[in-house]
Amino acid sequence: MTKNLLTSAVLAGVAAGLIAALLQLTFVIPHLMEGELYETGERIHFATDGSTQSDRIQPSIGTDFARHGMTLAFNMITYTGYGLILLALMVFANSKGHVITPRNGLIWGIAGFIAVQLAPGIGQPPVLPGAIGSEVGPRQAWWAMTIIVTAIALALIAFGKGWTALLSVPLLLAPHLIGAPYLDTYFGVAPPELSARFAALSFGTALAGWSSLGFLCAWFWTKADAA
Amino acid sequence: MTTNTATIERSDSSAMGLAIAMLAGVFLLMASGIAQATVLHDAAHDQRHAMAFPCH
Repeated sequence: MTKNLLTSAVLAGVAAGLIAALLQLTFVIPHLMEGELYETGERIHFATDGSTQSDRIQPSIGTDFARHGMTLAFNMITYTGYGLILLALMVFANSKGHVITPRNGLIWGIAGFIAVQLAPGIGQPPVLPGAIGSEVGPRQAWWAMTIIVTAIALALIAFGKGWTALLSVPLLLAPHLIGAPYLDTYFGVAPPELSARFAALSFGTALAGWSSLGFLCAWFWTKADAA
Repeated sequence: MTTNTATIERSDSSAMGLAIAMLAGVFLLMASGIAQATVLHDAAHDQRHAMAFPCH
Protein backbone atom coordinates (compact mmCIF):
# COMPACT_ATOMS: atom_id res chain seq x y z
CA MET A 1 0.00 0.00 0.00
CA THR A 2 2.74 2.43 0.98
CA LYS A 3 4.53 1.94 -2.34
CA ASN A 4 1.32 2.55 -4.34
CA LEU A 5 0.53 5.58 -2.21
CA LEU A 6 3.96 7.16 -2.68
CA THR A 7 4.24 6.41 -6.41
CA SER A 8 0.70 7.57 -7.20
CA ALA A 9 1.16 10.80 -5.24
CA VAL A 10 4.51 11.57 -6.89
CA LEU A 11 3.21 10.88 -10.42
CA ALA A 12 0.09 12.97 -9.76
CA GLY A 13 2.14 15.75 -8.14
CA VAL A 14 4.60 15.99 -11.01
CA ALA A 15 1.80 16.03 -13.61
CA ALA A 16 -0.33 18.55 -11.69
CA GLY A 17 2.78 20.68 -11.07
CA LEU A 18 3.45 20.71 -14.82
CA ILE A 19 -0.14 21.77 -15.57
CA ALA A 20 -0.04 24.45 -12.86
CA ALA A 21 3.33 25.77 -14.01
CA LEU A 22 2.22 26.05 -17.65
CA LEU A 23 -0.89 27.94 -16.55
CA GLN A 24 1.16 30.18 -14.26
CA LEU A 25 3.66 30.97 -17.02
CA THR A 26 0.77 31.86 -19.32
CA PHE A 27 -1.37 33.88 -16.91
CA VAL A 28 0.32 34.69 -13.61
CA ILE A 29 4.03 35.21 -14.29
CA PRO A 30 3.57 38.04 -16.84
CA HIS A 31 1.65 39.98 -14.16
CA LEU A 32 4.29 39.07 -11.57
CA MET A 33 7.00 40.42 -13.86
CA GLU A 34 5.02 43.59 -14.47
CA GLY A 35 4.74 43.94 -10.68
CA GLU A 36 8.51 43.60 -10.38
CA LEU A 37 8.95 46.74 -12.46
CA TYR A 38 7.22 48.61 -9.63
CA GLU A 39 9.15 46.68 -6.97
CA THR A 40 12.46 47.75 -8.47
CA GLY A 41 11.32 51.31 -9.17
CA GLU A 42 11.70 50.96 -12.93
CA ARG A 43 8.08 52.06 -13.02
CA ILE A 44 6.46 54.21 -10.38
CA HIS A 45 2.77 54.39 -9.67
CA PHE A 46 1.81 57.83 -8.31
CA ALA A 47 4.66 59.38 -10.25
CA THR A 48 6.14 62.73 -9.20
CA ASP A 49 3.51 64.71 -11.08
CA GLY A 50 0.95 63.30 -8.66
CA SER A 51 -0.93 61.42 -11.36
CA THR A 52 -2.50 58.13 -10.28
CA GLN A 53 -2.29 56.76 -13.80
CA SER A 54 0.28 54.30 -15.06
CA ASP A 55 0.53 52.73 -18.48
CA ARG A 56 -0.46 49.09 -18.60
CA ILE A 57 2.42 47.57 -20.55
CA GLN A 58 3.01 43.95 -19.75
CA PRO A 59 6.55 42.65 -20.23
CA SER A 60 6.96 39.35 -22.05
CA ILE A 61 8.14 36.50 -19.85
CA GLY A 62 11.31 36.55 -21.91
CA THR A 63 13.86 33.83 -22.40
CA ASP A 64 15.13 33.38 -18.87
CA PHE A 65 14.69 29.62 -19.07
CA ALA A 66 16.64 28.99 -15.85
CA ARG A 67 14.21 31.16 -13.90
CA HIS A 68 11.08 29.68 -15.46
CA GLY A 69 12.54 26.17 -15.21
CA MET A 70 12.80 26.72 -11.45
CA THR A 71 9.14 27.78 -11.38
CA LEU A 72 8.29 24.51 -13.15
CA ALA A 73 10.50 22.42 -10.83
CA PHE A 74 9.19 24.00 -7.64
CA ASN A 75 5.59 23.63 -8.78
CA MET A 76 6.26 19.92 -9.19
CA ILE A 77 7.77 19.79 -5.67
CA THR A 78 4.89 21.76 -4.16
CA TYR A 79 2.17 19.73 -5.86
CA THR A 80 3.95 16.47 -4.96
CA GLY A 81 4.03 17.63 -1.34
CA TYR A 82 0.33 18.46 -1.37
CA GLY A 83 -0.38 15.27 -3.34
CA LEU A 84 1.28 13.06 -0.71
CA ILE A 85 -0.86 14.61 2.03
CA LEU A 86 -4.05 14.63 -0.07
CA LEU A 87 -3.73 11.01 -1.19
CA ALA A 88 -2.82 9.86 2.34
CA LEU A 89 -6.08 11.44 3.55
CA MET A 90 -8.02 9.85 0.65
CA VAL A 91 -6.55 6.43 1.43
CA PHE A 92 -7.42 6.91 5.11
CA ALA A 93 -11.02 7.75 4.16
CA ASN A 94 -10.97 4.72 1.86
CA SER A 95 -10.05 2.51 4.85
CA LYS A 96 -13.25 3.84 6.50
CA GLY A 97 -15.29 2.72 3.49
CA HIS A 98 -15.25 5.81 1.22
CA VAL A 99 -14.44 4.62 -2.30
CA ILE A 100 -11.74 6.43 -4.31
CA THR A 101 -12.66 7.20 -7.93
CA PRO A 102 -11.09 9.80 -10.27
CA ARG A 103 -14.42 11.65 -10.22
CA ASN A 104 -14.56 12.03 -6.46
CA GLY A 105 -10.81 12.67 -6.52
CA LEU A 106 -11.75 15.84 -8.36
CA ILE A 107 -13.94 16.83 -5.40
CA TRP A 108 -11.03 16.08 -3.01
CA GLY A 109 -8.82 18.33 -5.13
CA ILE A 110 -11.35 21.18 -5.08
CA ALA A 111 -11.68 20.75 -1.30
CA GLY A 112 -7.86 20.95 -1.09
CA PHE A 113 -7.97 24.20 -3.06
CA ILE A 114 -10.57 25.62 -0.66
CA ALA A 115 -8.58 24.62 2.44
CA VAL A 116 -5.06 25.45 1.24
CA GLN A 117 -5.50 28.36 -1.20
CA LEU A 118 -8.92 30.00 -0.89
CA ALA A 119 -9.45 30.08 2.90
CA PRO A 120 -5.99 31.43 3.83
CA GLY A 121 -6.09 33.62 0.70
CA ILE A 122 -9.21 35.40 1.97
CA GLY A 123 -7.13 36.78 4.86
CA GLN A 124 -3.79 36.89 3.10
CA PRO A 125 -4.34 37.27 -0.66
CA PRO A 126 -1.53 36.30 -3.05
CA VAL A 127 0.77 39.33 -3.31
CA LEU A 128 3.05 40.73 -6.00
CA PRO A 129 6.79 40.91 -5.35
CA GLY A 130 7.54 44.14 -3.50
CA ALA A 131 4.29 44.17 -1.54
CA ILE A 132 5.00 45.11 2.05
CA GLY A 133 3.54 42.76 4.66
CA SER A 134 3.61 42.33 8.42
CA GLU A 135 6.13 40.10 10.24
CA VAL A 136 6.30 36.68 8.60
CA GLY A 137 6.09 34.43 11.71
CA PRO A 138 2.53 35.33 12.77
CA ARG A 139 1.39 35.25 9.13
CA GLN A 140 2.72 31.72 8.72
CA ALA A 141 1.05 30.66 11.97
CA TRP A 142 -2.31 32.11 10.84
CA TRP A 143 -1.88 30.50 7.41
CA ALA A 144 -1.15 27.02 8.84
CA MET A 145 -3.95 27.28 11.41
CA THR A 146 -6.46 28.38 8.76
CA ILE A 147 -5.57 25.45 6.50
CA ILE A 148 -5.91 22.87 9.29
CA VAL A 149 -9.15 24.29 10.71
CA THR A 150 -10.73 24.63 7.23
CA ALA A 151 -9.70 21.08 6.31
CA ILE A 152 -11.33 19.75 9.50
CA ALA A 153 -14.49 21.76 8.70
CA LEU A 154 -14.64 20.33 5.15
CA ALA A 155 -14.13 16.80 6.52
CA LEU A 156 -17.08 17.37 8.87
CA ILE A 157 -19.24 18.49 5.94
CA ALA A 158 -18.18 15.50 3.85
CA PHE A 159 -18.20 12.76 6.48
CA GLY A 160 -19.88 14.16 9.64
CA LYS A 161 -22.89 12.25 10.89
CA GLY A 162 -26.13 14.17 11.51
CA TRP A 163 -25.72 17.56 13.11
CA THR A 164 -21.92 17.35 13.49
CA ALA A 165 -21.62 18.81 9.97
CA LEU A 166 -22.95 22.09 11.39
CA LEU A 167 -19.82 22.37 13.55
CA SER A 168 -18.05 23.24 10.30
CA VAL A 169 -19.69 26.70 10.33
CA PRO A 170 -17.88 28.09 13.41
CA LEU A 171 -14.69 26.34 12.30
CA LEU A 172 -14.84 27.94 8.84
CA LEU A 173 -15.51 31.36 10.39
CA ALA A 174 -13.02 31.26 13.28
CA PRO A 175 -9.77 32.13 11.45
CA HIS A 176 -11.46 35.08 9.74
CA LEU A 177 -13.05 36.35 12.97
CA ILE A 178 -9.61 36.16 14.61
CA GLY A 179 -8.29 37.85 11.46
CA ALA A 180 -5.00 37.55 9.59
CA PRO A 181 -2.13 39.75 10.78
CA TYR A 182 -1.96 43.03 8.81
CA LEU A 183 -0.14 46.35 8.82
CA ASP A 184 -1.67 49.70 9.79
CA THR A 185 -0.39 51.28 6.59
CA TYR A 186 -1.18 50.82 2.92
CA PHE A 187 1.94 51.04 0.79
CA GLY A 188 0.39 50.49 -2.63
CA VAL A 189 3.69 49.94 -4.43
CA ALA A 190 1.99 48.49 -7.53
CA PRO A 191 -1.29 49.68 -9.10
CA PRO A 192 -4.29 48.13 -7.31
CA GLU A 193 -5.73 46.74 -10.56
CA LEU A 194 -2.50 44.84 -11.20
CA SER A 195 -2.42 43.41 -7.66
CA ALA A 196 -6.06 42.36 -7.85
CA ARG A 197 -5.59 40.70 -11.19
CA PHE A 198 -2.49 38.89 -9.98
CA ALA A 199 -4.38 37.57 -6.95
CA ALA A 200 -7.37 36.44 -9.02
CA LEU A 201 -5.18 34.71 -11.60
CA SER A 202 -3.23 32.96 -8.83
CA PHE A 203 -6.48 31.58 -7.44
CA GLY A 204 -7.63 30.48 -10.89
CA THR A 205 -4.45 28.60 -11.72
CA ALA A 206 -4.32 27.06 -8.24
CA LEU A 207 -7.89 25.81 -8.69
CA ALA A 208 -6.88 24.16 -11.97
CA GLY A 209 -3.74 22.73 -10.34
CA TRP A 210 -5.58 21.35 -7.32
CA SER A 211 -8.45 19.88 -9.37
CA SER A 212 -5.89 18.12 -11.56
CA LEU A 213 -4.02 16.95 -8.47
CA GLY A 214 -7.11 15.38 -6.87
CA PHE A 215 -8.21 13.76 -10.10
CA LEU A 216 -4.74 12.40 -10.91
CA CYS A 217 -4.04 11.14 -7.35
CA ALA A 218 -7.24 9.10 -7.53
CA TRP A 219 -6.56 8.00 -11.11
CA PHE A 220 -3.02 6.74 -10.44
CA TRP A 221 -4.11 5.19 -7.13
CA THR A 222 -7.00 3.22 -8.68
CA LYS A 223 -4.66 2.01 -11.49
CA ALA A 224 -1.94 0.97 -9.03
CA ASP A 225 -4.42 -0.60 -6.64
CA ALA A 226 -6.02 -2.68 -9.42
CA ALA A 227 -2.62 -3.91 -10.68
CA MET B 1 -6.04 -15.70 16.88
CA THR B 2 -3.70 -15.86 13.93
CA THR B 3 -6.18 -13.91 11.82
CA ASN B 4 -6.44 -11.18 14.47
CA THR B 5 -2.68 -10.77 14.64
CA ALA B 6 -2.43 -10.53 10.86
CA THR B 7 -5.16 -7.88 10.73
CA ILE B 8 -3.52 -5.78 13.42
CA GLU B 9 -0.15 -5.95 11.70
CA ARG B 10 -1.66 -4.88 8.41
CA SER B 11 -3.48 -1.90 9.90
CA ASP B 12 -0.25 -0.89 11.71
CA SER B 13 1.70 -0.88 8.48
CA SER B 14 -1.08 1.13 6.74
CA ALA B 15 -0.95 3.73 9.50
CA MET B 16 2.82 3.82 9.09
CA GLY B 17 2.45 4.28 5.31
CA LEU B 18 0.03 7.17 5.78
CA ALA B 19 2.36 8.79 8.31
CA ILE B 20 5.36 8.42 5.97
CA ALA B 21 3.42 9.99 3.07
CA MET B 22 2.18 12.91 5.21
CA LEU B 23 5.66 13.59 6.62
CA ALA B 24 7.27 13.41 3.19
CA GLY B 25 4.61 15.86 1.94
CA VAL B 26 5.24 18.33 4.76
CA PHE B 27 9.01 18.04 4.20
CA LEU B 28 8.65 18.88 0.48
CA LEU B 29 6.37 21.83 1.27
CA MET B 30 8.83 23.20 3.80
CA ALA B 31 11.48 23.16 1.06
CA SER B 32 9.33 24.59 -1.74
CA GLY B 33 7.27 27.07 0.27
CA ILE B 34 8.74 28.02 3.61
CA ALA B 35 12.54 27.49 3.85
CA GLN B 36 14.40 30.81 4.08
CA ALA B 37 17.81 29.69 2.69
CA THR B 38 18.65 32.28 0.02
CA VAL B 39 19.32 29.76 -2.76
CA LEU B 40 15.98 28.00 -2.19
CA HIS B 41 14.13 31.26 -1.70
CA ASP B 42 15.38 32.79 -4.94
CA ALA B 43 14.84 29.67 -7.02
CA ALA B 44 11.34 29.14 -5.65
CA HIS B 45 10.50 32.88 -5.70
CA ASP B 46 7.97 33.07 -8.56
CA GLN B 47 6.26 29.85 -7.58
CA ARG B 48 5.97 30.98 -3.94
CA HIS B 49 4.27 34.20 -5.02
CA ALA B 50 1.96 32.37 -7.44
CA MET B 51 0.98 29.82 -4.76
CA ALA B 52 0.66 32.48 -2.03
CA PHE B 53 3.05 30.91 0.47
CA PRO B 54 3.66 33.33 3.36
CA CYS B 55 7.43 33.13 2.94
CA HIS B 56 8.70 36.66 3.54
